[in-house]
Amino acid sequence: MAYEVLLQFLLPLMLLVGAYFTGTAIEKKHYRALRAREHASRRFLTVTFAYEPPDQEAVDAMMVTGSVVISVDYFKRFLAGLRMLFGGRITAYESLLDRARREAIMRMKDEAHRKGFNAVINIRIETSRIASSHGNNKGTAAVEILAFGTGVTFKRVATAA
Amino acid sequence: MILSNTENVPGKTILEFYGVVTGSTVRAKHIGRDIMAGFKNIIGGELTGYTELLNEARQEALQRMVAQAHSMGANAVVNVRFTTSSVAQGAAELFAYGTAVKVQ
Repeated sequence: MAYEVLLQFLLPLMLLVGAYFTGTAIEKKHYRALRAREHASRRFLTVTFAYEPPDQEAVDAMMVTGSVVISVDYFKRFLAGLRMLFGGRITAYESLLDRARREAIMRMKDEAHRKGFNAVINIRIETSRIASSHGNNKGTAAVEILAFGTGVTFKRVATAA
Repeated sequence: MILSNTENVPGKTILEFYGVVTGSTVRAKHIGRDIMAGFKNIIGGELTGYTELLNEARQEALQRMVAQAHSMGANAVVNVRFTTSSVAQGAAELFAYGTAVKVQ
């Protein structure tokens, strides 16, 4: 009897505590890495529209993509479950999606950089649920974030004036 | 083959339009990967196996689109878009489409 109680309450509790610590550590590390990478690539032009600087011309163009598939941890799911009773902001999910989007954008920029481009224009970001477990807790719930745009190389045009 | 998601290829002018080209692929998850993803679901974070899987699938969809554009005699596809939809439990369709054109 005591053993059953142990299994019923202690195991989820241990998972919860474990997920909290590993999840928080991973998130902090990821945010640190993201900030450093974003700072390092801040001079890299990335815009959400088809832009061509008036004094420069594009010499090369090709599509670049970056994607990431993420899932929520046990602790965050628990928090979100609680939150759904009262409604309101689910901060646990917000930070997860924020991290994933920034990661996808960074990967896209990395690919553009690797291919020798110096800007990415017309960036689009898409979010899609890839493994449905809506309504039940079976299966793997995951979200894919895809960032894509056109990598271009801008060259300064020599002006007569 | 030049791909771009803008309405024209930056730095080039479009000479001819060939129409819409599409490419798609439906992928199911690998069971081993799914078990690993199940574990990952507890601690959260990125599911690297899925990221790779979807990237491969997207490349394949793009390749099919490019092959179609190629057969039309095009040398670029502009305004490329992607859509992802889960068609059944554990299977996803990746779809890419754009307009095949000829640029200088």
